[in-house]
Amino acid sequence: MDIGYYPGCALHGSSNDYEASVRVCMKALGVELNELEDWICCGASAAHCINKKLSTALPARNLGIAEKQNLKSLFAPCPMCSMELTKANEAIRSDEALRKEMSDIVETPVTGNVDVVNLIQVFQAVGYDAIAERATRKLENFKPACYYGCLLTRPPKVVKFDDPEEPTSMEELLQKLGAEPVEWNCKTVCCGGGLTLSDEEGVAAMTYRVLQNAIDSGANCVVVACPMCQVNLDMRQADAKKLGLTKDVPIFYLSDLVGLAVGCAAKDLDIERRYVSIPKDLK
Amino acid sequence: MAKIGVFTCWCGENIARNVDVDKVSEAISKLPGVACSMNYKYMCSEPGQSLIASKIHELGLTGVVVASCSPHMHLKTFRKACETAGINSYLVEMANIREQCSWVHNDKEIATAKAIELIGMAVEKVRRNHALEPIKVPVTKRALVVGAGVAGIQAALDIAAGGVEVILVEREPSVGGKMAGLSETFPTLDCSQCILTPRMVEVGQHPNIKLMTYSEVDKVDGFVGNFKVTIRKKARYVDIAKCTGCGSCWNACPKKNKIPNSFDYNLGNRGAIYIPFPQAVPARPTIDADNCLRLQSMKNGKELCGICQKKCQTEAINFHDQDEFVEVEVGAIVVATGYQLYSIKKEQENPNIKGYAEYGYGKYPDVIDSLQFERIISASGPTGGEPKRPSDGKTPKTIVFIQCVGSRDNAKGITYCSKICCMYTAKHTMLFKHKVHDGAAHVFYMDIRSGGKMYDEFVRRAIEQDGAQYHRGRVSKIEQVNVDGEKKYRCYGADTLSGKPCVVDADMVVLAGAIMPSSGVQQLAQKLSVGYNEYGFLSESHPKLRPVETNAAGVFLCGACQGPKDIPETVAQASAAAGKALIMLSQPMLTREPEIANVDEKLCAACGACVKACPYQAISIEEIRDRKGNFIKNTSRVNPGLCMGCGTCVAVCPSKSVDLIGFTDDQVYAQVESLADVF
Repeated sequence: MDIGYYPGCALHGSSNDYEASVRVCMKALGVELNELEDWICCGASAAHCINKKLSTALPARNLGIAEKQNLKSLFAPCPMCSMELTKANEAIRSDEALRKEMSDIVETPVTGNVDVVNLIQVFQAVGYDAIAERATRKLENFKPACYYGCLLTRPPKVVKFDDPEEPTSMEELLQKLGAEPVEWNCKTVCCGGGLTLSDEEGVAAMTYRVLQNAIDSGANCVVVACPMCQVNLDMRQADAKKLGLTKDVPIFYLSDLVGLAVGCAAKDLDIERRYVSIPKDLK
Repeated sequence: MAKIGVFTCWCGENIARNVDVDKVSEAISKLPGVACSMNYKYMCSEPGQSLIASKIHELGLTGVVVASCSPHMHLKTFRKACETAGINSYLVEMANIREQCSWVHNDKEIATAKAIELIGMAVEKVRRNHALEPIKVPVTKRALVVGAGVAGIQAALDIAAGGVEVILVEREPSVGGKMAGLSETFPTLDCSQCILTPRMVEVGQHPNIKLMTYSEVDKVDGFVGNFKVTIRKKARYVDIAKCTGCGSCWNACPKKNKIPNSFDYNLGNRGAIYIPFPQAVPARPTIDADNCLRLQSMKNGKELCGICQKKCQTEAINFHDQDEFVEVEVGAIVVATGYQLYSIKKEQENPNIKGYAEYGYGKYPDVIDSLQFERIISASGPTGGEPKRPSDGKTPKTIVFIQCVGSRDNAKGITYCSKICCMYTAKHTMLFKHKVHDGAAHVFYMDIRSGGKMYDEFVRRAIEQDGAQYHRGRVSKIEQVNVDGEKKYRCYGADTLSGKPCVVDADMVVLAGAIMPSSGVQQLAQKLSVGYNEYGFLSESHPKLRPVETNAAGVFLCGACQGPKDIPETVAQASAAAGKALIMLSQPMLTREPEIANVDEKLCAACGACVKACPYQAISIEEIRDRKGNFIKNTSRVNPGLCMGCGTCVAVCPSKSVDLIGFTDDQVYAQVESLADVF
C-alpha cells in the first residue's frame, strides 16, 4: 500500500518518538509513506481560532501539494492535523467559489478530493485481519485502556469516524492482536492538553480523572493515537500523583502496540523515551 | 355559447393588498364567454354567495369561476352555493389567487398579472367542464379498529355504542396498550389501570365488539364502505373459548419467572405460558413458542414437558395450533396503533437516527427509559410499586431524569418535540418523592412545555411542593463510578441558568426517550394506502380541518400513531375518529367525487402500465367478451370505488386511452394554452 504522509509539527518536534513508531510500524505492515514535499503548518494550533480564511488556506496548501503529487489518500497521524485537513478538504470540495479562492491563495490547484485518514483508518485500510495474520506475538499481558481523546471522533460532522461518544475501533484491533482492552469511562473525555500552557492545575485534574479511571477499570496501560494526548498523559503524571493518582500508567501510541505485535523491536519503535518508563512485560 | 361568471374575492386584505382586484375583474371581463366579472370583499360570506346566486339566476350562467383562496378551503362552499342556485356543482372552478399569488408575491403589479393568468386558466377549464354526478357506493355497516390501547378501546366503545358492530384487532395477547403499563397519570395522579381496566373489561364483553387479540392485519382489499380485510390470528396454542383463565398452567410452567416479560420492558419475568399482567383482557394465557420446552422439542420430533396441558382441566391447550387467516368485511377502518419509545442505545435500525452511546443505556442496568420507570413505580409492576433499581434492588435515593433524549436533537436525527415528556417527568419526580421522602429528584431539561389544563400548575407543584430540582441544561455523559463503595452513575450536566457545570451522582437515571410510532406501522400504512412522514407517523388529511381523516377514504386515525400525544388528547381524538366512522356508516349509500379515471376500452391495449402505477390498486385487467361469450380483448378497468382521482395512470398510459373525468387532457391543455396568449 502506498499513501501520502503528512507528519505535522508535533511529529517533527516534540513527539518525534511518535514518528519513529509510525514509520517502523508502517514499514513492517508494508505501507509506504510518501511524505509531502515542502509541507507547512496545518493551522490547528492557533489559526483556526483567529482567522477563518487562514485556517482553510494552510491545510489547503498541503492538500494542493498532495494533489500535485497525485496522492489519493493522505495520512496525518496527529488527529488535530487530520481534522483540520478533513475540514478544509470538505469545504473546498463542496464550495466552488472557495475552491477557486483557495487555489489562487495557495498558488496551486486544490479540488478537495484527497482522502484524509487518521492512524486507525490506515490500520482499517490495511485490514485488521491482515494485521493479525502478520502478527508474530500475542499482546497477552496488555490490558489497555483505549483513549480517543477529543478530536479523533469529533466534530462528528467533520471527521465522520466511529461513534463520537463510544468509539470501539481501537479495541476491535487490539482484541484481534491478543490484548484485553478494558471497558472504561473516559475514552473520549478531554485530557486537558489544550490548556497545557494556560492552566496547569486544571490540566492535572483532567489528566488525573482519565488516568485514575483507567487504573480503576483494570488497565495496565493507556493507548492513544494523538501526540498531544500522549505527551500530556505521560508528562503530567507527577502532578496527577499529587491529586491521588495511585500508580504510574505507561502511555503507548497505537502504532507501538501494533508494531510490537508484528515483530518490531521496542527500541526501533522508540518507546524508551517516555516519562513513565515501560515495564519489561509490556515491551 | 358559454356564459361564465367570474367572482374575484378580496379576502379582506389578504388578496386585495397585493392584487388590484378591479384591474383583474376588468381584464377577465374581456375574455370570450365571460358573461360577468366582478369582485367583492368576502366572497365566501352570505352576501358574497348571494351575489353569485343572483348572477346565476339573472344571466343563466353555464359556468362559475371563483378566484379566491385554495380550493381545499372553500371549493365545497362555493359548489354548494351554486348547486342551490341551480347549476351543477362540477361546473364551478376556483382560481387560487391567495396561497398561490397574493401571499407569496410582494410586487402588486406582478401579482395582479399572475392573478389574471390564473383566473384565465380557470375560465378555459370551466368552459370545457361537464355536469357530473357523485358516485354512489353501498356501505358495510361494520368497523375495524386496529390497535387496542386506550385510543383503540375508546374508538371501539364509541362506535359500538352507536349501534355498529366493531372488530377490534390487537397484536399483543391482551388489550390495554401502553396505558395498561403506566403507574399514575398526570395531572390528577389517578391510577392508570384504575381508569383503564373497566374499559378493557367493557370491550371484552360488549355485544357489538368482536375482540381479536394476538392478531394482525394481513391484507386489505376493497374500498371505502366495502373493505375486505384479512386478519392473521397468530397461533396462541390456547383455545380461549375453552380456557377459564384458572392459572393452573402458568403456575406449573417450569419456565415460570424465567423469561423476560416484554410487558414489564424486560424488568420482570414470566413463564413460557403466561398472561402478560393480572388484569389482562382476555384473561387467557398465550404460549411463547420460542421459549416453550414442548414446542421447541416438537421441532426435533420429541414431546418434552407438556405439564401445562396435563394441568389444564378444560383441554384448552393445543400444541398443534397454527396461524389462522380470517377475512372480514368492514365499511370503515380506524387505525390506533400507538407509539414506542425511541431506542436510546448506540445501535440503531434507522440509519438516519443516532443513539446516545454516551448515556450507557443498555450497558448500565440502572440507566432506564421512562416506560421502564413507569413499571418500577406501578403497583402491578415487577417491584410491586416500590422504587428499586434493577441492578441490585436497592432503593435509589438520588434519581436523575433527563428529558429530550432524542427529541429536539438534530444531531441525533429527531427534530420534533415528543410533547408528553415534560409532564410525565414532573409526575415521575412526584411519585418518587412520595415514595422516598428523603430522596432527591434532579431533572435536566431544555424547556418546560406544560401547555394544557392544570398542566403548568402540576409542574410547579413538582418543583415547589415536592422539591424536584430542575436544571436547565443537557447531560453530556453518564459514567458508572464507585463512591465510598456505592455504585453511582455520574451525570455530567450543565446548568445554563447559572452558567456552571452541574455534576450529579445518581443511584439511577431515567431517560425520557423520544416518542416514535409503533414498529410495523409503515407496512400497515402501505396496506391501507395511508401516507406517513419520515419518522413513520401517519398523515392526517388536513392538520386542522380533517385531523382524524386520512387521504384514503374510509380510513381514520387516532392516538399516537399520528403524532406524540397524551391520554386526554388521545381519548378525544379516538372519540372524534369514532364519530367520523359512525357518520360515514350511517349513510345508506356513500357518495364519492366523480373526478376519477376512465378508460377508453376501445383504445386500451391492456399493457398494464396503469395497473402497476396505481397507488390505490384501483385498476385491474379485465376481459371483454361479446354477447355469446366469445373473448374479444383485454382491457384495463378502473374500480370507481377505489380510484382516488390522482391521475398517475393518465400520466403513464402510452396509448392515451385513460383520462381523468373533470381533469381531461383537453381541459389541462386548454389551461396551458391560455397562458400562451398572455406571453
